[in-house]
Amino acid sequence: MADLNSLEAKFQEKIDNEIKIEPKDWMPEKYRQTLIRQISQHAHSEVVGMLPEGNWITRAPSLRRKVALLAKIQDEAGHGLYLYSAAETLGVERDDLIEQLHTGKAKYSSIFNYPTLTWADIGAVGWLVDGAAIMNQVMLTRTSYGPYSRAMVRICKEESFHQRQGYEILLTLSRGSEDQKRMLQDAVNRFWWPSLMMFGPSDKDSVHTAQAMKWKIKRKTNDELRQQFVDVCVDQARILGVTLPDPNLKWNEERGHYDFSEIDWDEFWNVVKGNGPCNKQRMDARIKAHEEGAWVREAAMAYAEKQAKRRKEETTQVA
Amino acid sequence: MKNNWPLWEVFIRSKQGLHHKHAGSLHAADAQMAIENARDVYTRRNEGISIWVVESDKITASKPEENPELFEPAADKIYRHPTFYDMPDEVKHM
Ligand SMILES: [Fe+2]
Ligand SMILES: [Fe+2]
Repeated sequence: MADLNSLEAKFQEKIDNEIKIEPKDWMPEKYRQTLIRQISQHAHSEVVGMLPEGNWITRAPSLRRKVALLAKIQDEAGHGLYLYSAAETLGVERDDLIEQLHTGKAKYSSIFNYPTLTWADIGAVGWLVDGAAIMNQVMLTRTSYGPYSRAMVRICKEESFHQRQGYEILLTLSRGSEDQKRMLQDAVNRFWWPSLMMFGPSDKDSVHTAQAMKWKIKRKTNDELRQQFVDVCVDQARILGVTLPDPNLKWNEERGHYDFSEIDWDEFWNVVKGNGPCNKQRMDARIKAHEEGAWVREAAMAYAEKQAKRRKEETTQVA
Repeated sequence: MKNNWPLWEVFIRSKQGLHHKHAGSLHAADAQMAIENARDVYTRRNEGISIWVVESDKITASKPEENPELFEPAADKIYRHPTFYDMPDEVKHM
């Protein structure tokens, strides 16, 4: 036991000295489990996040918008892959992670359980949803686990165009007809609060925060990130000419931050627990894609095995 | 049914004259598919001009526990570095 204590002390010393932890290094079991849960949840979010946007690919208003949206969604698939790979370095298998998603054991970001009803929603998703994700991901580039940190660096490089393509969609609508402006405001009204919820429960209710901060898995708390996000959005909203749907949103000179209303936590927990507008639809779509693709994965493996066998026979013949 | 596609490590040469560098990993049925997937996942923005893939379980890695015996002997051999040697200032081009 003394041994375990000294291992843990050495581990914490590395963390305190900003030395990254790599896959083969000793780590507390709880650290490993926390990372697996967080990274896989993050991966699932990237993958499920493709669904609400995929809904608009065939209806994008121009070829320019369509290629951009396609490229963005393709990036999200890649983000899912980087993150699953990072989780796999901790000794879990991809299939087990996917099964946890499909059986509901693992969570994904609840924002993706909201529908994308209009084209303006695609703009709002890019601006607010990717915007909130970026805030979190920039912080995570400094996470203590090497593979997670490297995945985040790669992801952040790709993300910046996502937010811009969304904002540009909204900017175009803001300069359009009255109907288009209404559509823009409506999208912002629906996506503002769910985007703030993306940062997770308030610090006082977040069971994992203290330990995650000590291990430097996270470098900022949920509330710190949420505040940072609100602060940058206010000006961006002004340029779009939209009102953020919060009567209490105002500058607080003393704090040097914007004050905003309390989040509707009942709604948050309700969606997390599976009762959001699209939870069932999202999971059904994921499971269907996975099951209907099974024969392709099997056929590819059978083909690879046959090719390998044939190559082996040829080399023995030559010999 | 389990997806039994093996895991591959991907190495990318970003431009002529540089080493291949580890980029990440992915699952693929065979080497050809691993290269094609790596192209799609790791070089969408001109990050590479050449790709290596190797099955992850073919890689042998040193163990962190062995670090002292592997790497510490180098620490006290400062005479392997040019700054170990006394040189008067007037000696040029050395
Ligand atoms: Fe992403
Ligand atoms: Fe994104």
